[in-house]
Amino acid sequence: MATVEIRNVRKAFGSVEVLHGVSVDIEDAEFVVLVGPSGCGKSTLLRMLAGLENITSGEIAIGGRVVNTVPPKDRDIAMVFQNYALYPHMTVAQNMAFSMKLAKAPKEVMDREVLRAARILGLEELLHRYPRQLSGGQRQRVAMGRAIVRNPQVFLFDEPLSNLDAKLRVQMRAEIKELHQRLQVTTVYVTHDQIEAMTMADKIVVMNGGNIEQAGPPLELYDRPANLFVAGFIGSPAMNMLPGRVEGGVFRSADGTAWPLPLNGKPVSEREAVYGFRPEHLRLDPDGIRATVQVVEPTGSETQVLMRLGESAMTGAFRERVSARPGEALPISPDPALVHLFDQQTGQRL
Amino acid sequence: MSVTAATDWSRVRPQPSALARLFDWKPFLVFICMLPAAALLLVFLTYPLGLGIWLAFTDTTIGRSGRWVGLENFEWLMGDPIFWSAVFYSVFYTAVATVGKFGLGLWLALLLNNHLPFKSLLRAIILLPWIVPTVLSAIAFWWIYDPQFSIISYILVDRLGILDHNIDFLGSTWPARWSLIAANIWRGIPFVAISLLAGLQTISPSLYEAALLDGSTPWQRFRFITFPLLLPILAIVMTFSIIFTFSDFQLVYAITRGGPVNSTHLLATLAFQRGIPGGQLGEGAAIAVSMIPFLVFATLFSYFALARRKWQQGEGND
Repeated sequence: MATVEIRNVRKAFGSVEVLHGVSVDIEDAEFVVLVGPSGCGKSTLLRMLAGLENITSGEIAIGGRVVNTVPPKDRDIAMVFQNYALYPHMTVAQNMAFSMKLAKAPKEVMDREVLRAARILGLEELLHRYPRQLSGGQRQRVAMGRAIVRNPQVFLFDEPLSNLDAKLRVQMRAEIKELHQRLQVTTVYVTHDQIEAMTMADKIVVMNGGNIEQAGPPLELYDRPANLFVAGFIGSPAMNMLPGRVEGGVFRSADGTAWPLPLNGKPVSEREAVYGFRPEHLRLDPDGIRATVQVVEPTGSETQVLMRLGESAMTGAFRERVSARPGEALPISPDPALVHLFDQQTGQRL
Repeated sequence: MSVTAATDWSRVRPQPSALARLFDWKPFLVFICMLPAAALLLVFLTYPLGLGIWLAFTDTTIGRSGRWVGLENFEWLMGDPIFWSAVFYSVFYTAVATVGKFGLGLWLALLLNNHLPFKSLLRAIILLPWIVPTVLSAIAFWWIYDPQFSIISYILVDRLGILDHNIDFLGSTWPARWSLIAANIWRGIPFVAISLLAGLQTISPSLYEAALLDGSTPWQRFRFITFPLLLPILAIVMTFSIIFTFSDFQLVYAITRGGPVNSTHLLATLAFQRGIPGGQLGEGAAIAVSMIPFLVFATLFSYFALARRKWQQGEGND
């Protein structure tokens, strides 16, 4: 078990810099998720942690020891790959024992450790199968077993669920989280799926274009996004954003509608701004703003309504069953305690 | 408002003609579609092979159709030292050349599998020995092995001064045998290297990364990852290579014609020698037919010993 410190790390491939000075502190036994759109540098950062990529500048320390020049096998980490990278010509048991075989461990130790990992993951019945004979979820478990056998200080996961179907993904998500709670090993997990990030993480690091946009506990990112990128990335359906002006104690969107200012924010002077509110924070309100219904999507637990107001589109998610038809006006109002204001130029939270 | 007549649904469609029905009949269609390919195989493969086997049991010579003599040709060959020398050299030539081709070819494939500058150009250059017509490269080797003008002798004697006389490559038994093997290896490397390179590229790089994290040395990565995963392709390429090498004709015929004193005859060159210039078609055919058991054995060995691996096979359990 160990802490991980990433200090001002940069990575350049030739003349292209893909990470522009990234710093993250990960505490012992913490589950940290790196999340962001493809190409944001999250996988590169993970591979640098693993030692599969060189560090152009900056420092990475695992358990207080700077590992910039330490080869991967001596970093005391274990990694689960996106395609699992199971050795196809070895059985499940051989796959899990491979690192110990290379280290010339005695056979009893190998058998004991493999069995221990297999018990943790429920793989005892599959030890003599080849990866070909396993389902996607089973392969995923074997890949984790191979990591557990090594008793690492840090687990690294590189989009481990992206090859599974939707149902299995939800199940494995819970399994990985439960495993982390049981083993209490520091974990760094890369995904592009913000729901995975929200549900599993102790701390989320949102990355974009080689920079960290915001790092913090999932609900803090959801409740107080630091900028427009994080506001749009975290949460599904995505936050509604209306450009407009703050004037006369209200926010006036482009079509002239007046919206209440955030209750708990700092006082904001008159200026251009972006007004953000989450679909689930809209209420039906007979005295509210009248938006035109375009599409109604009932999901059972809630009803999502796509609406138009002037030129801008927005989404509402209501617990009530909305019976409005397309073209009708739906009176709505946002919860002023839960709306956000962002600077129009910088995108930063006001 | 007008009333349109109801469509006459009861009208019977015209019966298709007998020919059309024939072509709709699947067994006939299968037969018709297979016919061209089957005819080609029969005329150009089955007939010559059958004729060769038939001739091996007759005393046919050029200009005289033979009589059935049973196993007489084979009995005669059993007591023929030149035949046994050709059998020995065919097996020796195949074994040594295969080991050489696969050793060097695998090494080359591993080198080319790295990120090198001008990778595509290098790969194209490596294919050259294989693209050049065999007879042309054989003539080039003949020149390289020339007793008087050999470039190897020139470098060793006149340039480096290591030797004080030219090497007699083709004039005596063992130097001639080794020289032919060297030429065959040179010609066979590209096929092996490019085929194995294709095999290497199917191995996922993440397996090597996983092995790196598992603490492997480069040799262990080759031993436990590359080699076992390459084995199925290696087996197929080796099967082909053994067949081509064992039945080689062009290199030997163009460089030594089986000499000196029949010491470099392969079964194929000996069969030609006896059958066409020697006129003994029956005997030549018998020599050619005697290659079949060797080829079948080599093919079965490499196929069953190396090719089929349990982990490759699909769903089946344990």
